[in-house]
Amino acid sequence: MVRVLAVSSGGGHWEELMLLKDAFDNKAVHFATTFADLPTRAGITEATILPDCNRSSKWAAISCIWKAFNLVRLLRPDVVISTGAAPGFFCIVAGKLFGAKTLWIESFANAESLSMCGKLAARIADRTIVQWEHLARPQGPHFAGALL
Amino acid sequence: MILVTVGTQLPFDRLIRAMDTLAPSLGQPVFAQVGKGKFRPRNMEWQATLDASEFDRLLNRASLIVSHAGTGTILLAQNMRKPLVIMARRSSLGEHRNDHQVATAKQMTGRPGVHVAETVDDLAPSIAIASREEVEAAIPSQREQLKAAIREFVG
Repeated sequence: MVRVLAVSSGGGHWEELMLLKDAFDNKAVHFATTFADLPTRAGITEATILPDCNRSSKWAAISCIWKAFNLVRLLRPDVVISTGAAPGFFCIVAGKLFGAKTLWIESFANAESLSMCGKLAARIADRTIVQWEHLARPQGPHFAGALL
Repeated sequence: MILVTVGTQLPFDRLIRAMDTLAPSLGQPVFAQVGKGKFRPRNMEWQATLDASEFDRLLNRASLIVSHAGTGTILLAQNMRKPLVIMARRSSLGEHRNDHQVATAKQMTGRPGVHVAETVDDLAPSIAIASREEVEAAIPSQREQLKAAIREFVG
């Protein structure tokens, strides 16, 4: 059975992941997010809570990187998918290090340019998908449909 | 009931203050989730944050949603077929790290069920138009295309 780790921050990133999850929920999926009540609300039991972090909080970021790497090390997923933001990016990096296939789906919130994490993910992830055609480039990121 | 929400991450007092001023004239109760804002509303019920189930309950009851231009709220409103008025956070006013919400709002302009308020002065007319609207259930066809791409990648 293919093991999938699906990661997103709380808020919009999570709503996007929830609308996409039936594309992979026939696999052994483990979710990771940043708010404890989100998986419960969605009826998900296989979930890990990572510390929320962004550019303005260095210590939260370090704690998040540490937990993301440990999660991937213990779970050894075959595939890591993230809809953003920083915690998902750290799981993508860890996924690459531990040999997983990695997919970054940039939020449709970023309509004019990729987020900072999206730009970094586009260099690291095996595939990066954007939800606006005008953000796609021939060598990637690729446009492959959109939520809205 | 009108539900006002600005997400959990950053304050957005410009929207909360404007909605508090408008609340008595809207003809229905207004409930605001004000996040990390400092302004305390006087004319509407409010809470800083709501847990997910409480938020869902209010969303269900709401006839109209007024929010920042966050994707979470846009997707929830669309799924629940609720008319939505959005006002973007602006980085020049210290409301977000960058202007991606301005870009989202621009792209959302003209979509069924979504009304964009450029400034606080647009809120009242946008709310008046949005509250008369019936939002059709529509699952965008591009969504299935995106899922197919993910399915193919996962294998």
